[in-house]
Amino acid sequence: MTPLTFRRDEPAARTSGLLAVVKHGRYVIGENPVTGFAFALFVVIVFAAVFGPYVVPYDPLASDTAAALKGPSAAHWFGTDQLGRDVFSRVVVATRLDFVIALASVALVFAMGGLAGVAAGFFGGWTDRIVGRLADTIMAFPLFVLAMGIVAALGNTVQNIVIATAIVNFPLYARIARSEANIRRDAGFVMAARLSGNGEFRILLAHILPNIMPIMIVQMSLTMGYAILNAAGLSFIGLGVRPPTAEWGIMVAEGAAFMVSGEWWIAFFPGLALMVAVFCFNLLGDGLRDIVDPQRRT
Amino acid sequence: MKRRDFLKSMTAVAAGSALPAAPAVFSPARAQSRQETLLIVSESGPNNIDIHGVGTNVPGYEVSWNCYDRLISHGMKTVGGVPYYDRDKFKMELADDMSVGDMSATFKLKKKATFQDGTPVTAKDVKWSLDRAVTVGGFPTFQMKAGSLEKPEQFVVVDDNTVRVDFLRKDRLTIPDLAVIVPAIYNSGLVKKNATEKDPWGMEYTKQNTAGSGAYRVVKWTAGTEVVMERNDNWIGGPLPKIKRVIWRMVPSAGNRRALLERGDADISYELPNKDFVELKDAGKLNITSVPFSNGCQYLGMNVTKPPFDNIKVRQAVAYAIPYQKIVDAVLFGLGKPLYGATSEPPLAWPVAHKFTTDIAKARALMAEAGHPEGFDTTLSFDLGFATVNEPLCVLVQESLAQIGIKCTINKIPGATWRTELNKKTLPLYTNVFSGWLDYPEYFFFWCYHGANSIFNTMSYQSKEMDAFIDGARAAAASGDTATYDKDVKGFLDTAFTDIPRIPLFQPYSNVAMQKNVSGYQYWFHRRLDYRSMVKA
Amino acid sequence: MLAMILKRLLVAIPSLIGVVIITFLLTRALPGDPAAYFAGPAATQEAIAQVRAKLGLDQPLPTQFMRYAADLARGDLGTSLTTGQPVATEIRNRLPASAELTLLGLIISVLIAVPLGILAATRPGSLVDHACRVLTTAGVSLPVFFTGLILVYVFYYLLGFAPAPLGRLDVFFSAPEAITGFYLLDSLIARDLETFRAALAQLLLPALTLAIFSLAPIARMTRASMLAVLASDFVRTARANGLTPFTVVVTYAFRNAMLPVVTTLGMVFSFLLGANVLVEKVFAWPGIGSYAVEALIASDFAPVQGFVLTMAALYVALNLVIDILYGLIDPRVRIEA
Repeated sequence: MTPLTFRRDEPAARTSGLLAVVKHGRYVIGENPVTGFAFALFVVIVFAAVFGPYVVPYDPLASDTAAALKGPSAAHWFGTDQLGRDVFSRVVVATRLDFVIALASVALVFAMGGLAGVAAGFFGGWTDRIVGRLADTIMAFPLFVLAMGIVAALGNTVQNIVIATAIVNFPLYARIARSEANIRRDAGFVMAARLSGNGEFRILLAHILPNIMPIMIVQMSLTMGYAILNAAGLSFIGLGVRPPTAEWGIMVAEGAAFMVSGEWWIAFFPGLALMVAVFCFNLLGDGLRDIVDPQRRT
Repeated sequence: MKRRDFLKSMTAVAAGSALPAAPAVFSPARAQSRQETLLIVSESGPNNIDIHGVGTNVPGYEVSWNCYDRLISHGMKTVGGVPYYDRDKFKMELADDMSVGDMSATFKLKKKATFQDGTPVTAKDVKWSLDRAVTVGGFPTFQMKAGSLEKPEQFVVVDDNTVRVDFLRKDRLTIPDLAVIVPAIYNSGLVKKNATEKDPWGMEYTKQNTAGSGAYRVVKWTAGTEVVMERNDNWIGGPLPKIKRVIWRMVPSAGNRRALLERGDADISYELPNKDFVELKDAGKLNITSVPFSNGCQYLGMNVTKPPFDNIKVRQAVAYAIPYQKIVDAVLFGLGKPLYGATSEPPLAWPVAHKFTTDIAKARALMAEAGHPEGFDTTLSFDLGFATVNEPLCVLVQESLAQIGIKCTINKIPGATWRTELNKKTLPLYTNVFSGWLDYPEYFFFWCYHGANSIFNTMSYQSKEMDAFIDGARAAAASGDTATYDKDVKGFLDTAFTDIPRIPLFQPYSNVAMQKNVSGYQYWFHRRLDYRSMVKA
Repeated sequence: MLAMILKRLLVAIPSLIGVVIITFLLTRALPGDPAAYFAGPAATQEAIAQVRAKLGLDQPLPTQFMRYAADLARGDLGTSLTTGQPVATEIRNRLPASAELTLLGLIISVLIAVPLGILAATRPGSLVDHACRVLTTAGVSLPVFFTGLILVYVFYYLLGFAPAPLGRLDVFFSAPEAITGFYLLDSLIARDLETFRAALAQLLLPALTLAIFSLAPIARMTRASMLAVLASDFVRTARANGLTPFTVVVTYAFRNAMLPVVTTLGMVFSFLLGANVLVEKVFAWPGIGSYAVEALIASDFAPVQGFVLTMAALYVALNLVIDILYGLIDPRVRIEA
C-alpha cells in the first residue's frame, strides 16, 4: 500500500468548510515541512514588502560615489553598486514593488481570465467559443515576446508590465476556470440554486465562483512567481521600470555588467532575492494545492 | 556498430568536449591562420555594407572605410602617444596628385589602380561614385552637402585619368569632406551591371557586396553574427596591410566581450564599458588606448522654447547644480575629459571647458531669482542604447537637481525611438552626445546652435548674435581671415556659455582594447577601426 | 484520421489569422518610427518622408495590412531593416540554431528530470521526494539570464572549462555543410569529429541553462503520472506476482506513465523555443529569439511579424503532432476537433 491511497481516503477539503481547510492545512504543513518553510518565507517577504522602507539602514536611492563598488562588509551587508548605493537596502525596498507587480498582475488576470473562463464554462455556446478562440490565439504567441511587444508598444511603466503579464497568463486562467465551472454547471447545488429562483448571473457569481476560488488561488500563487520572472526578464532587455527605482530584475541586469570584473554582489543578491521570492510562491502554490485539492497533488 | 560500442564512443566524445576547448583542438593549419587573422568583437554589426545605403548603421561605415578607397585621405600625427589622424594633412589614396585652385580642385588618378575584379579605376568611375553620393539622398547626400558638394555638375571628367571638382562656393570644408567615408569610389561598371530600372544606382547589389578598390573585401557576411573580410593583395592605396583576414564577430554582452579579451580569445574590441577599460588597463595584460572624441561632447540639453527652461536663470541654475566631478569619477571611471570649471578664457577650439562648477547655493539663488524658489517637476530623458553611461549619469543629475527643487522623472527611450523623440524637439531635459566628423568649431556650432535650426540644434535655440558669430566665422575661415575668425569663434563660445541652452558635461573617450601582440591602432574621426595599419605579431 | 487532421488544421486557422492581425497592430503601435531611424541621424524631414514612402509606411493602416497579407499569401515575409536581409531566409537560417539548442536542453533536462520524478514517485513524502521538489522548483525560480550569466562566469571566466560564449562555433572552425542545419548532426554526417566536439562544447552551457529551467514541469509530470500508474491495478498485480520493485517500476509502470510526459515535453519544447530569447542574448546565439528581440527594440516590423507567425505555426503543428502520436500510442484517445 502506498501513502497515496491514504491521502485519497481523506474527504475532499473543499466540501467541508473553512475549519476543515485550516485543519487540513495544519496537517499538510506538519506532513510537508517544505510547505511550512515556504510559508515562513512568505511571511518574511510580506514583512519586507510592508515594513522594508522603514527598517533599511540606508536610503535606497542616495548615491555616495566615494563608497562605490565596495564588496559586502559590516557597513554594507550586500555591498554597494556603481553609484555607492547600498545593495541590501535596495534589495529589501524592491520587495514591495516586485510584490505589488506580481499581486496586481495576478489580480488582473484573475479578473479577466478567471471570469471569462467561468462564464465560458458555465454558459457554453458562443461565450465559450469566443473565450476559447481568444485563449487559443494568445497561446499561439511566443509568450515572452508578446509581453515584450505589449510593453514596448504601450510604454515601459509598472502599469504596463502588469497588463502585459496579465494578458500573457490569460489562457491559463481562462482554461482552468472554464473546466472547473463546466464540471459544476449541472451540479446539485447549482440545480438547487436554480430551483430556488436564482438568475443565471447570480448563480455564476454567488455559487460557481466561490466554489472554484480555492483552485484559482492555487493558480494565483503559482503565477505570482512567473509574474516576477517575467518582469525581471523585461527589465533585463531594457523594458523594465524607470531608474533609479529599485527592482530586482533591473538590478540583476545592471549588475550583470559588473560580474566579469569581479563585483558579483551587485547582481547576485537581487538575483538571489528574486529566486527566493519565486521559489517561495511556487512552493506555496504546491502546498496550497495539497490543502485545497489533495487528489491533484503532482 | 553494436549498441554498446556506440554508447562508448558517445561517452568518449562527451568527455572530450568537457576539456578546455580552445587551443587543444586546433590543427596546425588552424593555428597558422590564426596568426594572420584579426578577430574583432563588438556589440553590433553592419546592416548594410554600403555607406550610401538607406539607413546604413555606424558599423557599416567601418566596412566601407576598409573596403573602399577615396581620392584622398588623412596623414597621421601623434596625440598622447596614439597615432591620430591629422586634420590638416592630406595624403593621396586613389589620387596620385591633387591641385587645389581658387574655385576647383583637380585630381589625377594612380595609373595602376584597379578594382578588386581587375578592371582599372577610371575618371568615369570617380564621377559616377560622387554623383551617386550627392544624388541618392539621406545621410550620404547630407554629408556631401556639409562640404558644399551638392550637384553632379560639380564633378567633371577631364580625361580618363583626371577628375575636376568644381566648388559651388568658397568653403573650407570642401576638401576635408572628400576625405570622409562617404565619397568612396565604386566600380561603376560592376554596379551598373547589377542595377535595375527601379534601382539605377545598384543599391541592392552594394548592400550585400563590396565593389571597390579598397584594401579588403567582404567574403562572408551573416547579418548580426559575423563579417569576414580578406585582404586585396593588389591594393595600391598604400603599403600592403599585414593582416590577411579579418573576422568580426558580434557579441551583444559586454561582460562576454571583456572575458573574451582577457582570456586571449579575441584580438581587439571597442564599445566596452569604461570601467572595464580602466580595469583592463590596470591589469596590464592588454594594450588599451583612450583618446578623447574629436569635435564632440556629451551634454545636457534644455528645450528653450518652453517654460521653465526658456528662462536663462533657470538654465544657469541647472548648470550650477550638475555634479560634474561625480559624473567623471563614478560614471566614466575617469575616462572622460571634464568640461567644467574653467578659470581662464576658453581657447579657440571645440570642445572647451565652461566656467560653471557644482555650486548648489548659487543654483538655489538663481532659482529664486528666476521665480522658482520651490522648484518644479520635469522629465529627464536618455537614450537606452547607451544606458551604461546615460543611466547612472541621469540618476546622479536627478539626485543633484532635487537639491534645488527640480524633481525629475527619468524617461528611458529605446534606441530606435530616440532619434524620433529628439527630432520632435519637445523633450524638456535630456542628455545626448554629438560629435562631428569634420573637426572645426564653426562646423559644430553651425549644426548645434545656429538659428537655421538644424535637427542637431535639439534645444531649438535661437539667437541673432550667435548666428552672426557663426556665419562670420564660416566666411572668415573660407577667405582665410584669421583675425575675424578668432574674434567670431570667441564670440560664439562666450554666447553659448552665457546663454547655456546646452550644458557640456564632458568629452567622452574613444577606447580600444587589444592583445599585446596587436599593434598599429590609429584614431580616426569616425572612431572605427582601420585594419590597414594593424599588425599582429 | 486524415479527415481529423484536416479538421484540426481548419480549426487552427482562425487562431493564426488572429495572431497575424494582433501582431500587425502591435508592431504598428510600437513607438519607434522606422523611417526616422533608418533615414539616419542627419536626415531632414523630407528625407524621412522619402524613406517612409519607400517603406510604404505613409499608407493608411488597412492598405498596409492588405499589402502585408498579400505578401504573406505569396510566402513573402518581408525584409528586415536592421539586417537588410529577407526575413524568411533569416528565419530559415536561424531556426535550426534555436531548435538544436532547445532540443539539447530538453534532452539534458529529460535525462535529469525523469529519473528524479520516478525516484520521487516511488517514495512519496520522503526526504528524496521533498529534495526533488525543492531542487526542480529552485531551477524554475531562477531567471534564465541570471543562470546563464553565472554559468558563463564560473565555467568560462573562472574555471576555463567552457569555450567562449560566442555563438555556435569557435571562430576558427567553419560550419559543416548544411544538411539538417543542426551542427551536431551535420558534422557527424561529414565525419568531422573535431567540429562536432567544438559545436557540442559551444552548446553545453546554454543548453544546461535551458535544462535547469525546464526540469520542474517534466519532473512533476513524471512524478504525478508515475504515482497514478503505481496505484493502478496492473501494478498491484505485478507486485503481487513477486516481481522485483525495479522490474515493476521500470518495465511496467514507466512505459505506461510516459504518455502524459511526452505531451508535457511537446509543450515545454514549444514554450522554450519562444522563451529562450534571453538565453540567446546572453550566449550570443544566432537563433530566432535574439533576432526577434533585436528587431522589436529597433521597431523593425517585418522580423517581429515573421518570428511570431513562425512560432505560432510551429505551435499549431507541434500540438497536432502530439495529438496524432498520442492517438497512435494509445488507441483509446481519439483526436477531437
